[in-house]
Amino acid sequence: MQLSFSPEDEKFRAEVAAWLQGNLNGEFEQLKFRGGPGDEHMFPEERLKWEQKLAEGGWTCVGWPKENGGRGCSIEQQVIFFEEYARAGAPGRVGHIGEGLAGPTIIAFGSEQQKQKYLPGIVSGTELWCQGYSEPSAGSDLANVKTKARFDEAKGKWIINGQKVWTSLAHESDYVFVIARTDPDSLAHKGLGFFLMKMDQPGIEVRGIEQITGTSEFNEVFFDDAECEADDIVGAPGEGWKVAMGLLGFERGVSTLGQQMQFQNELDEIIKLAKDNGAARDPVIRQRIADAHIGLKIMRYNSMRMLSGGDGGSLQKEALIYKLYWSTWHRDLGELAMDVLGPEAEMLESGPYQLTRLQSMYLFVRSDTIYGGTNEIQRNIIAERGLGMPKEPRVKL
Amino acid sequence: MDFSFTEEQQMIRDTAEAFLAEVSSSEAVRAAMVTEQGYDDAVWQRITSEMYWQAIHIPEEYGGMGLGYIELAAMLEQMGRYLLCSPFYATVCLASNALLVAGSEEQKAEYLTKICEGKLTATLAYTGANGQWDANAVELLASKEGEAYQLNGTLRYVPDGHTADLLIVAARTPGSEGEQGISLFAIPADTAGIDRQWSPTMDQTRKQAEIHFNQVSVADMALMGEEGNAWPELAKIIQLATVAVAAEQMGGAQQILDATVAYTKERVQFGRPVAGFQAVKHQAADMMLKAEVSRSAVYYAACVAEEALHGGDLADQLAEAASVAKAYCSDAYFQNTATAIQLHGGVGFTWEYDVHLYFKRAKSSEIFLGNGAYHREKVAQLILD
Ligand SMILES: Cc1cc2nc3c(=O)[nH]c(=O)nc-3n(C[C@H](O)[C@H](O)[C@H](O)COP(=O)(O)OP(=O)(O)OC[C@H]3O[C@@H](n4cnc5c(N)ncnc54)[C@H](O)[C@@H]3O)c2cc1C
Repeated sequence: MQLSFSPEDEKFRAEVAAWLQGNLNGEFEQLKFRGGPGDEHMFPEERLKWEQKLAEGGWTCVGWPKENGGRGCSIEQQVIFFEEYARAGAPGRVGHIGEGLAGPTIIAFGSEQQKQKYLPGIVSGTELWCQGYSEPSAGSDLANVKTKARFDEAKGKWIINGQKVWTSLAHESDYVFVIARTDPDSLAHKGLGFFLMKMDQPGIEVRGIEQITGTSEFNEVFFDDAECEADDIVGAPGEGWKVAMGLLGFERGVSTLGQQMQFQNELDEIIKLAKDNGAARDPVIRQRIADAHIGLKIMRYNSMRMLSGGDGGSLQKEALIYKLYWSTWHRDLGELAMDVLGPEAEMLESGPYQLTRLQSMYLFVRSDTIYGGTNEIQRNIIAERGLGMPKEPRVKL
Repeated sequence: MDFSFTEEQQMIRDTAEAFLAEVSSSEAVRAAMVTEQGYDDAVWQRITSEMYWQAIHIPEEYGGMGLGYIELAAMLEQMGRYLLCSPFYATVCLASNALLVAGSEEQKAEYLTKICEGKLTATLAYTGANGQWDANAVELLASKEGEAYQLNGTLRYVPDGHTADLLIVAARTPGSEGEQGISLFAIPADTAGIDRQWSPTMDQTRKQAEIHFNQVSVADMALMGEEGNAWPELAKIIQLATVAVAAEQMGGAQQILDATVAYTKERVQFGRPVAGFQAVKHQAADMMLKAEVSRSAVYYAACVAEEALHGGDLADQLAEAASVAKAYCSDAYFQNTATAIQLHGGVGFTWEYDVHLYFKRAKSSEIFLGNGAYHREKVAQLILD
């Protein structure tokens, strides 16, 4: 075990910090600490511009291989990048679904042509992506998707029909990746395809869904004879599940370290509040703040274990529990924030329903334990894969 | 940065596991725990002469193996898993650390060498009867009488205090308070005026003693560090010991999870193993989360402890890392063993099954050196005051 970073890595840290300091100002000053959870609808255009500013400096897709347009950073450097990014208060990344999910999937499973067509737009911060997985009847049971894909020989294209739901940022996205049934008679995870589709077309309609925060970050997406180019299926028809599952693996990557820095910013704000309003003298609040601090510290150590590849290449149990751990921690932080605020917790930034940053956080964290696999699903997976306990029975109705 | 075991560390852990599976079986633990001494001489003999564990993190100049705290933690994890009954924790994690941190060159040369040779067991005795774990715990009085010191008072909750050959004792100058006036002494346990009594405890796998000092006269050679100014050293000794308990707790939290999962896979009700019921699976999943998170906390704290002993950038994080690990692991171990009783059903409540041994060890190790709430308050002081 070796916890410190090498001198070269520390140099890299200084480089990242200096770039951020030199660029996160002027027109971008207002973006500091914005666009995080519960705040994702804010400043979409300015944040897109910021994405392109990052790209100019070579600071998008830092973990991607160089041949795919990335910066080819080592794990350590990626950790450092995301840490410094959050430390500087740089805004939530509008491009994160492309950089974190779509891109890595295309790199791992896509054709040469798909790489040429899609990766540059992600790297340059000009093209945004959204994730079309969930459907009204396919939530936790993702394999139950009903959206259909049929190949139209005359048009030489895939024709997609069906509905997706809870699609984050669909209203701002240029592309969507969709899992849909290529074999209409298939069941569960067999007979699925993984499609890359343009959002701006007559067959796709996006309708915003108002969230608990009163804002709209996610949407319903309707596919009515929507078209997808023949070349834009990733893997073969029928292999969609494999690709989709590979992608879920990318969801808990290095960026979690950056997420933790942002958690740290939130906790710091709560600590400052508690000191200012006297809550820091309440013994129960002291326990809870300390507990949050302890939980976040260990979250970092756990990620370091995850990123170090585990012991002897065995199943990484520390990765298996990670989603359940951080989502629960973050949810509790939201409750702590309100309890530290006391009666001020109710006071809006302004009417009619402009939430403060901590109120947004408090409300938004209720979704952390739902999206990306609910806590209950996480516990099923931990018990089954981590502990070898019997699988949930599947019932045919 | 690389936060995983090296091959050598892996090997140390595996060797420890294999050895303990042999010498610290349920029968062995049960046989040792009902004795007043609390351990089997033959097992301790094998540990000190065949395995050489007592020497693991002692520098080579004192006859040690010169390895680090991470290796020590890897072994403690296994000792916690197997509820090893031995004077190892008291001798190595309390007394050897105390000597390393505060001992004079002569004291180290004499005592550490004997400990490494397996000829000496030892412990740290600093707590009076007031139930505190910080500087306020020190109640024993030390008055200077010419070239010697006279020690008077009672020490309580001393691990293996009735059997240890050497006592590292904290005492305070009469009239002093808190962190002021604290001195450390290394005193052979057979010194005149020392009366030691075993205190029978609910957790029988870890022995405690009460020690009375009645006009005990010790020469100034016994003094460790500076008279009246030893709190910083004692604090560091306690922090190192705290990391060590957390490592044992983590091992226990893992072991009770494994045992519970194995049991629920065997036990059939309603025509299927109870492990298939989601209410059972989810509780087991929570146990695994606690065991893994404990592991992350302990490995990190062990890295910090290593640097605190031998130098490094992380040295000044010891107080925090120790409290972080102890707060988390204390609660995790307790909760895992409590859940284990529930998931075992009736048999979990019997003397015959081992679950209660872990449930009781979890409580005693949670209490020792401060429980979760105590360490959270310490963290709170670091970040809020
Ligand atoms: C803010 C937010 C953003 C999202 N963004 C996207 C996105 O961009 N793209 C996308 O595709 N999806 C997105 N989702 C959808 C998300 O992935 C689903 O909400 C999630 O998978 C749960 O599905 P569901 O909502 O249908 O709940 P359900 O599956 O209906 O679950 C209802 C309850 O039943 C429990 N449950 C279900 N099955 C089991 C089981 N086997 N065992 C025990 N309990 C069970 C669940 O844990 C939950 O408590 C988003 C969701 C949210 C909240």
